[in-house]
Amino acid sequence: MSGSTIATPLVEKRKPQRSTSRKMKSPYPSWFYVPAIALYLVFFALPTFASFYFALTRWSLFNVTFIGFDNFIQFFQEPQLYQSFINTLIYGFVTSAAKIVLGLALAMLLTSPIIGRGYLRAVVFFPVLVSTIGIGLTFKSLMNPFHGLINLVLSWFGLPGPGWLTDPNLALLSVASVDIWKGVGIATLIFMAGIVAIPQEYFEAARVDGAGSWKIFRSITLPLSRPATGTVIILSLIGGLRSFDLIWAMTRGGPGFTSDVVASVIYKQYQAGFYGLSTAGNVVLFLVVTLIMVPITRMLNRREVDL
Amino acid sequence: MFTRRSVRNAAVVLGSTVLIAATLAGCSADNQGGSGKTTITFQTGNSQQNVGAAKDLIAAFEKANPDITVKLDPVPQGTEGDNLIKTRLSTGSSDDVFYYNSGSLFQALDPDSTLVDLSDQSWVKDLTSDFKTVVSTKKGLYGAPFGSSFAGGVLYNIKVYDQLGLKIPTTWDEFMSNSEKIKAAGIVPIVQTYGDTWTSQLFVLADFANVSAQDKNWATKYTENKAKFANPPALEGFQRLQQTFDAGLFNKDYASATNADGLKMLATGEAAQYPMLTTVIATVQQNNPTNVNDIGYFALPANNADDTQATIWQPQALYIAKTATGAKLDAAKKLVAFANSAAGCKIQDKSYPPAGPYVDSNCKLPSDAPRVAADVQKYFDSHKTGSALEFLSPIKGPNLESIAIQVGSGISDAKTGAALYDADVKKQAQQLGLKGW
Repeated sequence: MSGSTIATPLVEKRKPQRSTSRKMKSPYPSWFYVPAIALYLVFFALPTFASFYFALTRWSLFNVTFIGFDNFIQFFQEPQLYQSFINTLIYGFVTSAAKIVLGLALAMLLTSPIIGRGYLRAVVFFPVLVSTIGIGLTFKSLMNPFHGLINLVLSWFGLPGPGWLTDPNLALLSVASVDIWKGVGIATLIFMAGIVAIPQEYFEAARVDGAGSWKIFRSITLPLSRPATGTVIILSLIGGLRSFDLIWAMTRGGPGFTSDVVASVIYKQYQAGFYGLSTAGNVVLFLVVTLIMVPITRMLNRREVDL
Repeated sequence: MFTRRSVRNAAVVLGSTVLIAATLAGCSADNQGGSGKTTITFQTGNSQQNVGAAKDLIAAFEKANPDITVKLDPVPQGTEGDNLIKTRLSTGSSDDVFYYNSGSLFQALDPDSTLVDLSDQSWVKDLTSDFKTVVSTKKGLYGAPFGSSFAGGVLYNIKVYDQLGLKIPTTWDEFMSNSEKIKAAGIVPIVQTYGDTWTSQLFVLADFANVSAQDKNWATKYTENKAKFANPPALEGFQRLQQTFDAGLFNKDYASATNADGLKMLATGEAAQYPMLTTVIATVQQNNPTNVNDIGYFALPANNADDTQATIWQPQALYIAKTATGAKLDAAKKLVAFANSAAGCKIQDKSYPPAGPYVDSNCKLPSDAPRVAADVQKYFDSHKTGSALEFLSPIKGPNLESIAIQVGSGISDAKTGAALYDADVKKQAQQLGLKGW
């Protein structure tokens, strides 16, 4: 039903008479939809709706007790929840901001005529291709305070190496920096596509008018790659807010709870067998990410139109 | 709004969807092997030690029972394994025989509806009553021991103790003064290894027999929501963790070292004391075989020598899932009985170096058992033992390891940590549907 209400107005716009008579038949029979719908229902719609129900229950896999909103009350009373929300926001905004700045800078560099450009482009993109867990475990050993390569190199210069992942004040930022290293390739790629799409005439005209490189960047490159910026912000912010795998591989939310994010708190609840509670947590996370992302997407899309 | 045609199309689409979904679900048809030979599956943790033990057991068992084939299914351990086993049991797809914890984790499997009652088996009479209670519900007995019991407390390096002329401490003050002397001699007094988060819990868990000694009914009160970790005597475990951290008695890499690192330090005499479970002696046997008998055990000391008791853990057990029926059930029962026969004891000796006395009277400590096993036995002989809390109460909060790390790294103090743990425990109690929470 919801499918038909969404589809009809689109059709009506183009051919108003079609929705009533339906003379034009699609060349494909409707059962072509079946495989896709089946997969969608079984693996997406069903679990999603089931989760709204299970969020209201105490569920041990063996039996289910309906307890109303107790899980949500419990979830908001979690002692680690407040800290983990702050951590999630720090993580999301730090990684997103750094990816935008670094991605744009790298994209500028890699679209300018420099030696070994193709090679450098590949190098920047390479970390994106590696499995997150693999990266997490690698950096975990690189960042080991006593046997790790990073602190070994620092010690050659007489610098004291901190406990990257074991210092409660540093752990979250250390993980965020690895996330930036891993994700900056995608941001660069999107920015590069955005910059390359800017017509060369603008740059030529600006240069003829005597604009310097900074002026060209400020007045042409930056505003005209705004759609790319929007895409990067949305992708990296969503990624950052629901990020879990890297944090889990590197610190498991530790030491103590100092690098816990909402997703890792939820995962720990699931691990502990609090299936109803963790489902409630996921519903909350879903709502929070939606609340943050919908206005941002709206805002960015509007700006795109303004241009 | 809908035309008749679109309704019919929708019906076709929906109908076929249901069909496909049904086909997907039907994929797991049974695969019965014919020809008189029974095949059963055996699930164990995927550590080298567990897999080695299982392979030895299967090889010996198949030799004695040529008409039975046992297929090994190693699965992840820890919480990941917990969820896997629960999922399999609740969906009826569990392996026929599986190796799993006794005590509170066993209780969370809903044994009465998922496991086969084994109380009529012949080996049951040979078990200690302590063990029987931790694999039983009111309705039946479900598990057979595999491996020895073990203790939590302090593993210490005997050579360091001899060298410095130290005596086994029986009070907390003696322990602290020993530690200061060790520190003065330039040896690490206490090992902590938060690289493996579970190791942080021992100050609290291994203190429990001391808590029981001070208040016999503490565990019952705790289950009834009447006793809290935030109050003495249970608070002492957290306080000791804080006190030893504040006194700077830990190895300098405590935040990143792993259990294996810690054991190496202990075995080589680089460190002197390590609050631990005695089962880890298997790791020492593998990594530092010449130093196994340099390591001894004493109970984590209480404030008064009279209250100092060894905290004892019961072995893990073999269980049979209710989905095993007919010939498979008979074969599964045979396998479990075999594991508890004299031949099975030999395999246990070899695969799980005894870290305490056996709970099955058929199995005796071998003469070449590690020294810690004998040290644990001494506490049994003088009746100075108490069960770990997980065998006296179904409630174990899942976040103890992280909370202990917080206290043991100075992120929060003992009182805060204990209160956090009480909140953690409350969630578990509610999940279990206990009364009074």
